[in-house]
Amino acid sequence: MSIRKVFAFSVAALGLSAAYPAVSQAETINIFCSSSGIELQLCKEGSEAWGKETGNEVKITTMPANWDDVLSLYQQLLSAQSTDVDVMILDGVWVGPLKSHLLDLAEAMPAGTVDKYFPSAVAAGTVGGKFVAMPWYMDTGLLFYRKDLLDKYGAKVPETWADLTTTAQLVQDGERKAGNDKMWGYVWQGRAYEGLVCNATEWFASSDAGTFIDAEGKITIASPQAKEMLKTAAGWVGTISPEGVLNYDEEGSRGVFQNGDAVFMRNWAYAWSLANGADSAIKDKVGVAPLPKGVNGQHVGIDGAAYLGVSKYSAHPKEAAALVAYLAGEKEEKRRALAGSYIPSISSLFSDADILKAIPFLTSAKAAFENVVTRPTSITGSDYPRVSTEISNNLHSGLSDPSATDAAIDDLASKLDGLKSRGGW
Amino acid sequence: MMAETAPQSSWVKRIEPWLLLAPMLIVLATVTAWPLARTAYLSFMHASLDDGDLPRFIGFGNYLALMKDGDWWHAVRNTAFFAVISVTLETLAGVAIALLIDSQIKGRGALRAVMLIPWAIPTVVSAQMWQWMLHDQYGVVNALLIKLGFISHGIAWTAGAGTAMAAIIAVDVWQTTPFMVLLILAGLQIIPRDLYEAAKVDGAPGWAQFFYITLPLLWPTLAVAILFRLLDAVRMFDLAYVLSSKSRETATISIYARQQLVDFQDVGYGSAVAMLVFLMISLVAAVYIQVTKIRLISE
Repeated sequence: MSIRKVFAFSVAALGLSAAYPAVSQAETINIFCSSSGIELQLCKEGSEAWGKETGNEVKITTMPANWDDVLSLYQQLLSAQSTDVDVMILDGVWVGPLKSHLLDLAEAMPAGTVDKYFPSAVAAGTVGGKFVAMPWYMDTGLLFYRKDLLDKYGAKVPETWADLTTTAQLVQDGERKAGNDKMWGYVWQGRAYEGLVCNATEWFASSDAGTFIDAEGKITIASPQAKEMLKTAAGWVGTISPEGVLNYDEEGSRGVFQNGDAVFMRNWAYAWSLANGADSAIKDKVGVAPLPKGVNGQHVGIDGAAYLGVSKYSAHPKEAAALVAYLAGEKEEKRRALAGSYIPSISSLFSDADILKAIPFLTSAKAAFENVVTRPTSITGSDYPRVSTEISNNLHSGLSDPSATDAAIDDLASKLDGLKSRGGW
Repeated sequence: MMAETAPQSSWVKRIEPWLLLAPMLIVLATVTAWPLARTAYLSFMHASLDDGDLPRFIGFGNYLALMKDGDWWHAVRNTAFFAVISVTLETLAGVAIALLIDSQIKGRGALRAVMLIPWAIPTVVSAQMWQWMLHDQYGVVNALLIKLGFISHGIAWTAGAGTAMAAIIAVDVWQTTPFMVLLILAGLQIIPRDLYEAAKVDGAPGWAQFFYITLPLLWPTLAVAILFRLLDAVRMFDLAYVLSSKSRETATISIYARQQLVDFQDVGYGSAVAMLVFLMISLVAAVYIQVTKIRLISE
């Protein structure tokens, strides 16, 4: 194409795009969807359905695959007051750092909308009296197990971490003897990233060792219970968990479990529909239970709810809020629950017969949803990324070297103390 | 000559070179000098993107904190280890392969083309590819080693502190050796062939030919090639980031700088880290050029 042609073409294109809004009267809403798989598909279908219903245009941008990288991208876009983003998917831990850039959704929603959602989730989406994050789906850490293998070895679903260790070892040894060389007992997320922080918060909170930092900002991690629990977890690596677990994220562990090569897996709810998909090696062989508890502890799951937010700098805040209301509405949440096992954030949908059939663990793993623990985000505020990095790095060192677990906890405590005095929380 | 004979006014003569240089100077000023000056300025500030406050001058505060920052020194050690080992291996492999291709073996044209493939693949893509090949359960590397009987169970290459760094170095060597080969080959081909013939007539053995003819004449090229690789290695980011995330055990100084700047939104401290990365790279280059006495610009 000659330069002149390119120029003529761009002028024509500019003319077209300038004329476009006047012709169709539609607004273009930019939404960030997850990067791949069923998450992207559901987000795309939902947004486009809204677009068709309301006559607006929806432009979908995919988020970075690694959610650790998403917050900083949002922060850059929002601190530049970009109008390229209207609707964002938010992790619960980002609501604090992003609060000053998010629109108050309460005014944009029809009266009474908010009351339909779980009060705890609405509370987590409300900062300083402003309702900035709409609960979209609930999620928590769950124990996935192989029903067929537990039956075969006459084992029960583990109640405690010690039970899990013994059962995993028993089944793993048996299966390996029977010729399945690749069998492992337990896969989880041990890579040095946010996922390890989630796993570890569950270990400690279920063992009466708190959540690293309490609500008053006191560092609570250096307890004998926490040291004991980390020692147990470090003992899994190389025995019931492959050494590679130290570099697994959610998808890495799901790969092993869904190939039929692990007895237990810790993962989020999304793994349910994939494990029961047509191409899964373990279709209909999977059960879901709350994660085990420690000595003197209780079953817990980490708060992994996802939210939707609207940028304060959006050029079309009204339409953006309408899209949020649609995506988090009954119809769309039910569709997502049936197609992708995304757990609704609207409380009445928990008694919907179709949904209970599609996600049976809403009943079997009820305890996990009842005792939800949160990471120390609200107290640490914008220091949370630093806190999270210290936690994942120090625990990763401890898990890599079972003789250094106590030292890893002490190091972590002193690092968190340093961050506390620096950040003044 | 022309200028002396042509009757041109002297200010045109003086201004002409600057006019011709202007586009390049403007580009350099905007893409290099300005960002560098801005980073240096911010490194003396307490500045954060998320709190919305204006930057506040704190003198050498960021640098002093950095000197006491254990994670930073860990990253410096990681980077130095990576740079020294990977560049050494690449140089040795590069010389060996270049000598092989330089000799008159059959099919060397095809060999040269094939060899360049790893270098042509973007680093992030090859890192991702190696991550699968090195996977502890389903990776081809472990499958091969198990089949050959070297190991009984898959090794988690990218998970352990020791093996993760080794894996990163191995992938880097795989990827950038072709670059070394290419430069070294160019150096080999300018060595006059009659020197070798004379050596043969004198009865010098192969090793003597290599140490007394090839190496001294190759040195200027080799030194420049090593400098390029060394500077690249010191600022390495992508391989470690993809293969083992931000794990402290493998984080390089570039990963550390990005973490401060992007993840923590700490522009002040992050800029101080970035300035130190810049100073370290300059220092490596300066010392290296001084020691090897290579001339990048002919006088």
